[in-house]
Amino acid sequence: MRHIISILVENEAGELSRISGLFSARGYNIDSLTVAPTYDPSLSRLTMATHGSEDIIEQIVKQLHKLICVVKLSVLTDHAYIERELMLVKIATTGEMRSEVPRLAEIFRGRIVDVTPRSFVVELVGRSEKLDAFLEAVGTRHLLEIARTGVTGMSRGETRLSL
Amino acid sequence: MEKSGAEIILECLKKEGVKHVFGYPGGAVLHIYDAFDQQDDVMHILARHEQGALHAADGYARSTGKPGVALVTSGPGATNAVTGIATAYMDSIPLVVITGQVSVPAIGSDAFQEVDAVGITRPCVKHNFLVNNVDELATTIKKAFYIATSGRPGPVVIDVPKDVSAQKTIFDYPEHIDIRSYKPTERGHIGQIKKAFKLLRKSERPVIYSGGGIILGQAHQELAAFARRTGFPVTQTLMGLGGYPASDPQFLGMLGMHGTYEANMVMHHSDLVLAIGARFDDRVTGNIEKFCPQAAIIHVDIDPSSIAKTVKVDVPIVGHVRLVLEQMLEIMDEKGFMSPDHEQLAPWWQQIEQWRKANCLRYDKDSGVIKPQSVIETLYEVTQGDAFITSDVGQHQMWAAQFYKFDKPHRWINSGGLGTMGFGIPAAMGVQLAHPEANVACITGDASVMMCIQELSTCLQYGLPLKIVLLNNRFMGMVRQWQEFFHGKRYAMSYMDALPDFLRLAESFGHIGMRIENPGDVKPAMQEAFSMRDRLVFMEIITDETENVYPMIAAGAGHNEMILV
Repeated sequence: MRHIISILVENEAGELSRISGLFSARGYNIDSLTVAPTYDPSLSRLTMATHGSEDIIEQIVKQLHKLICVVKLSVLTDHAYIERELMLVKIATTGEMRSEVPRLAEIFRGRIVDVTPRSFVVELVGRSEKLDAFLEAVGTRHLLEIARTGVTGMSRGETRLSL
Repeated sequence: MEKSGAEIILECLKKEGVKHVFGYPGGAVLHIYDAFDQQDDVMHILARHEQGALHAADGYARSTGKPGVALVTSGPGATNAVTGIATAYMDSIPLVVITGQVSVPAIGSDAFQEVDAVGITRPCVKHNFLVNNVDELATTIKKAFYIATSGRPGPVVIDVPKDVSAQKTIFDYPEHIDIRSYKPTERGHIGQIKKAFKLLRKSERPVIYSGGGIILGQAHQELAAFARRTGFPVTQTLMGLGGYPASDPQFLGMLGMHGTYEANMVMHHSDLVLAIGARFDDRVTGNIEKFCPQAAIIHVDIDPSSIAKTVKVDVPIVGHVRLVLEQMLEIMDEKGFMSPDHEQLAPWWQQIEQWRKANCLRYDKDSGVIKPQSVIETLYEVTQGDAFITSDVGQHQMWAAQFYKFDKPHRWINSGGLGTMGFGIPAAMGVQLAHPEANVACITGDASVMMCIQELSTCLQYGLPLKIVLLNNRFMGMVRQWQEFFHGKRYAMSYMDALPDFLRLAESFGHIGMRIENPGDVKPAMQEAFSMRDRLVFMEIITDETENVYPMIAAGAGHNEMILV
């Protein structure tokens, strides 16, 4: 099953490789990984999408806690949560696609952020499935390039992951 | 007053009460070696290979319960140390390892003797640091000692660039350290302990399965008190030996692949396993599908990730094993739990006595050749069971574990998790330095001994009177045994052709060599060897080359499917 884990980690050189190294050494899956500083400059927030059985997820959480650099973590998917991913997608827009892409972008609440005579770049934010659905609607043969950030997220309500 | 990074390292070691550092110099650590030369508080022991230095520091730690300290140079110094670091990591041994690094501006330029030591050691350390600035050095060392020795112990590497060891700053060693992201659990959760008692009180076929955590957590007295109070049988892992007196009637022997028949049968038929400071290693459990089919499991461990990693657990208790055992003893006193008459357990003990009658450690005592098991029994006799015993890895290690009955903790020093051949001699050096008056014996084999044989030179330099017991069967015995059992008796590459003349080899290193070929000569030779208090004696004992380690649980089998003799 898919899980999203948010991790507050000491903002020091090499800490990301401790986390990614843990996953590769123990054979855990990383579906996506995003990391950026927080408003506290000593902390980074890392969001990881992974999948595995409940036992595996339990071990992943314990192994992450064991890393000295991990300050706090939360399995977002255990409770109500919000997830978002940002995608930039460059689409070949010749022929009927010239008018089809803006229509699709509007339906998916995306924005066209770059236009050339032969291509559009669409910016789209949402759950990963929504991004997948947009790509499917456009059709693989029109896709020139895709850049996705991976999933980020947080819990709903007042619970928060902070010190 | 300002001090250089090198001087700060020495000051920190002094503050931590470090008496011995095991190491090998090189370009990147020359400032640190220079500082060694200008003080008398910390003694440096010069190994002959960084792996030897690491194992020596490790043996020192295992035999004292204090952290071992090693110092090596950059590049090959660090890579040679990796095997020793990984060995300590697998067995949760507290080490602080200082590796030299090229100067900060040169890092990343493929400089001479540069290697990414932090990167290479990352998967086999509890934590590691690269010190970029001399101002961070003292705090980093304080953190390293704290992390290495607290919680589940383990090795910590500090990578110190050459220019950092030369730079000067005001030395200020913190008295206390607080790491916000590292707060090991100490006491057990009382609700969980109560749940455990519900199971413990009604169990009719209980067993205590304890491991290296008892030794590391200095919990042997509490374990003994708990076992005595409950009347439960006790079995131990390879790493746990000595954590409960082997001569006690409640002790079943080691469990697992080469454990005793009674220990494994008790595990298989038990209705309640109380695991304390053990991690359900694959050599212990055998086939997980067949493991303890009728038992509820209570697992006490300081490392939450050890719990429910390979085996489902009914009652997890995270905490320091000594503190949890203390809590349990207190509750028993308060509530009058677990009356010591143990009537409930009488049928269980009757069954255990039946299993004991299998006499699973029997071997042919009248054979004309020297049986390796008899050598260990003789060693036990000659040393009155009171020596520190290190071992290498293989058949001799298993025989040592089976036949030397350890009554005290910290006496059995071996590489259990990683299974590092070459561990025995250097580990014994560390033990002997920590216990100069004690009998320290290294039980080794003709294959393992060659892997760190160079350390005989270190032993001479520091006058370490080890007694090396080499069981020479002309084979990598454990490899040969598996080939005999599972690979159609095709002995691929396991025959040790062209072994050196060990007697002359020992002599060429300045030690006393002995070769013993007849069963009747083993005891007198050993007595003579141990009477030479100030000399290293290398006893090469020619043993039966076909002997196998029994009993055995083959790969994929359960605890009730042992191969007896």
